[in-house]
Amino acid sequence: MSYLAVEHLGLQFGGLTAIRGLSFTVEQGEVFAIIGPNGAGKTSVFNVITRVFEPSAGRVTLRDREITAIPRHRIAEAGIARTFQNIELFESATVIDNLLLGRHRFSHGNPLAQALRLPSACRAEDHSRGKVEEIIDLLDISPYRNSPVAGLPYGVRKVVEIARALATEPELLLLDEPASGLNPEETRDLAFWIDDIKNDLGITIVMVEHDMSLVAEVADRVLCMNMGGVLALGSPEEVRAHPDVVAAYLGV
Amino acid sequence: MRFPYNTSYRDAQKLLRYRADWLAYGLLAAVLIAAPWILPRYYVGEATYIFIMCVASLGLMVVTGFTGQISFGHAAFVAIGAYTHTLLLTAGVPFIVSIILAGVFTGLIGLLVGLPAIRVSGLHLAMVTMAFAIIVEQIVGRWKSVTGGFTGIPVPPPRIFGFDLGAQKPFYFLCLAVLLAVLAALVNLLRGHAGRAFVGVRDSEAAALSLGIWIAGYKVLAFSISAGITGIAGALFAHHVQFVTPEGFSLLLSLELVIMVMIGGLGSLRGAVFGAVFISLLPTAISAMKPFLPDRVAGQFGLETFVFGLVLALFILFEPMGLNGRWLKLKSLFSAFPLYRKDTFRRGKTYMKSERYR
Repeated sequence: MSYLAVEHLGLQFGGLTAIRGLSFTVEQGEVFAIIGPNGAGKTSVFNVITRVFEPSAGRVTLRDREITAIPRHRIAEAGIARTFQNIELFESATVIDNLLLGRHRFSHGNPLAQALRLPSACRAEDHSRGKVEEIIDLLDISPYRNSPVAGLPYGVRKVVEIARALATEPELLLLDEPASGLNPEETRDLAFWIDDIKNDLGITIVMVEHDMSLVAEVADRVLCMNMGGVLALGSPEEVRAHPDVVAAYLGV
Repeated sequence: MRFPYNTSYRDAQKLLRYRADWLAYGLLAAVLIAAPWILPRYYVGEATYIFIMCVASLGLMVVTGFTGQISFGHAAFVAIGAYTHTLLLTAGVPFIVSIILAGVFTGLIGLLVGLPAIRVSGLHLAMVTMAFAIIVEQIVGRWKSVTGGFTGIPVPPPRIFGFDLGAQKPFYFLCLAVLLAVLAALVNLLRGHAGRAFVGVRDSEAAALSLGIWIAGYKVLAFSISAGITGIAGALFAHHVQFVTPEGFSLLLSLELVIMVMIGGLGSLRGAVFGAVFISLLPTAISAMKPFLPDRVAGQFGLETFVFGLVLALFILFEPMGLNGRWLKLKSLFSAFPLYRKDTFRRGKTYMKSERYR
């Protein structure tokens, strides 16, 4: 069986069909990109996988475990982490607190031990801090460690959001337009980090992205969606050369 | 200017890191301990009342400041705490057990009131909690066999291990001790796992859910903790007034608590204390000012309410971060002097936020 399998997925909002009969599989350890014109249903796929939306048909399985049957707040426990198209950070909190929140699913001692700040709670806190510092190191955001997110530049926020997703120690990472709003230099850095996340941390990545140069550089396989279905699937070169993809993008 | 220099992760967890902190809080402790012997009798009573209000506003701060759920019903929790404590004491339950039970019972009621908070927020939640406060006030007023109705019931004096703490000075220290215990527990709870989750629930529900935070659970938990602490404040309040009647827990008390956390600065425990001190002292300050005001102003009916409203309006206009925000700004002004940037605390541009995932 495949690592992540999306089978005959359908998603309807009243009369509007966002996803129709979508099937694809993602192999463990690959970078899988989803591209497509606006409104193709790319983010909706993410939202179904992370249980924001209830699919009207089909199912999603991760390692043969049915994702579409677990509640939304248990998605992190299932090993799936995501970022959002329009950055959903905890604005008033500092970068370090945002990342520590990423480790919410790990125990930090019972509430009584926390209220009394018993040594066990302190140790749990230290352990989390250590793990978070590793991620800060990896993504190079140490200068911003203690700054509140509200005051940070857009590009840094994007990276902090990826860092927070990594703090949940996922095995599958969903990146929703990670390069949108980044300058070319930041996009280059992002390409290196995606490689690092894949190779060093062994995390499988599915990303929705419009920047074709980034997709061509990091993605192993590309899925092009249109009107909620599969238009083309294959290596970045194959998809880019596919006549249907050219037609969908250029409107020929 | 001071930069944090940590040599271990434990350093970053310390509350009082610098000698100046120890000095400042040590001085504050000394003043608080010496106060009953220095201040006139009337002001010792006032100070005790302030401590009680601090506990209540800390309770409200948990739910309003940290999880961002507004509650106009906290007077009801004060009432439930006060009556539970009084009834338990009258039934012969020892003080320490009684005050804890009052907190736990109020917390359970808070759990029930918190359930609608899963579904509604903002203005709607304000309405629900306000309705709850009105219902509780009515029940307390009508349930004569238990609460004594509008005539009220006397509160037995606080006794711990046979010592009567009802006199002014012992009661002052009792309230101070409870305040410190509540404050310490909250400081620890809110800078750790639970507190971060509360802030997560407030700032972005979509992100919180994706990180595995069970939003419904944390919203109700915040309500319950908040109610429990407010209930403890209610128990102390009962001793302060010595005779509990429904009038003591009107909607006005709820509003006062909300003003305390707003003026103090949402999202900070220090703010809750600042707000409680400021608002509790305001009536005293107004009456002290009266002789200096023209007769036509000083004699006006509702002068106090007017000043309350004015203060709240001014704060919302000019200092939305509240007294705590002002405090932080002053601190950074002194620590960065003369390099303070005028715009240090200006809110950065907020980027588009999607509402879709709610």
